[in-house]
Amino acid sequence: MAKLGPAGYSPYPVALYEGILTPPPGKALLFTELVDEEIAMREAAKAMFTRENPTVFPGPQVLYAWNEEAKKKAQLVRKMAEVFGARIIPMYDYRPKYPKIDPQKEINPNHPNLTIWHNNIKVCIFIGVHCHYANVALKIIRAETDCYTIALCGNAGHEDATVTLRDQHSEELEKFIRIAEEVKRELKK
Amino acid sequence: MSLKIFKINEALKEFVPSEIVDLEEKATWGNPKRGIWDLPYAKELVEEHSLCAGCPESLAFRYILASLPNPEDTIIINSTGCTSLVFPHIALHTVHSLFGNQNAIASGIKRTLEWRFPDKVKDVVVLAGDGATVDIGLECTLHSFFRQERITTICFDNEVYANTGGQESGLTVKGQIFKMAPKGKQWDKVPMWQLAIDSGCHYVARLTVSSPKRVEKVIKQAIYVAREVGPTYVHLYTPCILEIGLNSDDALEEMRGRDKERFKFFEYISEKAKEVIERKKQEGLI
Ligand SMILES: Cc1ncc(C[n+]2csc(CCOP(=O)(O)OP(=O)(O)O)c2C)c(N)n1
Ligand code: SF4
Ligand SMILES: [Mg+2]
Repeated sequence: MAKLGPAGYSPYPVALYEGILTPPPGKALLFTELVDEEIAMREAAKAMFTRENPTVFPGPQVLYAWNEEAKKKAQLVRKMAEVFGARIIPMYDYRPKYPKIDPQKEINPNHPNLTIWHNNIKVCIFIGVHCHYANVALKIIRAETDCYTIALCGNAGHEDATVTLRDQHSEELEKFIRIAEEVKRELKK
Repeated sequence: MSLKIFKINEALKEFVPSEIVDLEEKATWGNPKRGIWDLPYAKELVEEHSLCAGCPESLAFRYILASLPNPEDTIIINSTGCTSLVFPHIALHTVHSLFGNQNAIASGIKRTLEWRFPDKVKDVVVLAGDGATVDIGLECTLHSFFRQERITTICFDNEVYANTGGQESGLTVKGQIFKMAPKGKQWDKVPMWQLAIDSGCHYVARLTVSSPKRVEKVIKQAIYVAREVGPTYVHLYTPCILEIGLNSDDALEEMRGRDKERFKFFEYISEKAKEVIERKKQEGLI
């Protein structure tokens, strides 16, 4: 449960205070270690195949057709979820939902733990969530749940995720799907 | 704003809840003739609200949001208070400012938008309570009028600081007793609509929200005049039924009663504003 962080502002023991930073370009973050992108992708795929209730959380940047890349990414997100046999629960906007959210149908950055607890999600992928909201949501999930989080980020990544892949665009997503299919065969899933 | 941000990718559409799909398919974007008649048929820009059941502020919100001629390019600046509880539910750009600063923030946003998007119409609308507009924010409110900022200011006058539990405000009527004003108010209600006229507003209206059609007309006039001429001010009576001890279904009757006295419909239109309103009427937009 939440404790006061060292700086007194964050109620959560965030990764930054443990000295964990986002990976440099070309690298990925796996727990606290810097690794090659491919290694991180394999570990992420393994987690998606072996942990309970794998779920993909697509955010506005892939849910809405605001440019060609977004349209392509949406198809890849769908394909990725199919390969993993994962559920898709959208984070379609960031408005705080009061008086209640429907955790079966959505995840919200202000209380992502509710969706994770309700659906007993033990592994998930964040993709297309704007960085400042992904940062909020991933911190809460890290502190409040035992969910393994995989951030497929188009920018610099998120140190609060269990696995962080940075600079992920459609080409990298295609690579991730290929690796996921390989891992699936190896695991005989 | 590009309406593309409401266009959902086909590949993921089946996972998006229907109220969001409806924003793309059934909302009245891009139609300046939209109005309160769309309310029963079209997707509203406010889904639900977190105000007390029967609070007239919720009616005012529905009517105002249905009447904006250009919602896709409207930015609402709000302030702390009961009204601010509704903003998280609104499918429009809203900016929550520090209590009382709303007209200063709106001025900056309007000027920046004019500079950044010279070829586009962007309406900036301030929406705040009486405490924010007339007490703590009075300086910012009046100075935006003096400076002739091209923004519309809408005050939700519930004659009390409702959100903090019932303190008297400048707009409380003389003699009124509240939980946290036990001796009764000693001074008269501030005639804010008159201050707005004296401070340079080109269109000013005072009314209750008992008549949706009238609210629509006033809001459209205020926005069109602000776009072309200068500041406009709309003063709405949205009684706090909680603090004056009414039931959820009493609000309409309360407003109809006040329609006949201190909130009798009042409108001021400057010469320049008249010209705009006439033209918009001819164009069928009012
Ligand atoms: C700078 C600042 N001062 C004081 C407050 C406390 N405050 C919150 S809501 C409120 C009263 C709001 O009254 P009003 O503007 O009339 O809105 P209502 O709640 O009545 O709709 C006050 C004083 C605050 N949030 N910020
Ligand atoms: S306290 Fe008053 S103004 Fe606020 S939501 Fe309730 S009825 Fe409306
Ligand atoms: Mg008030």
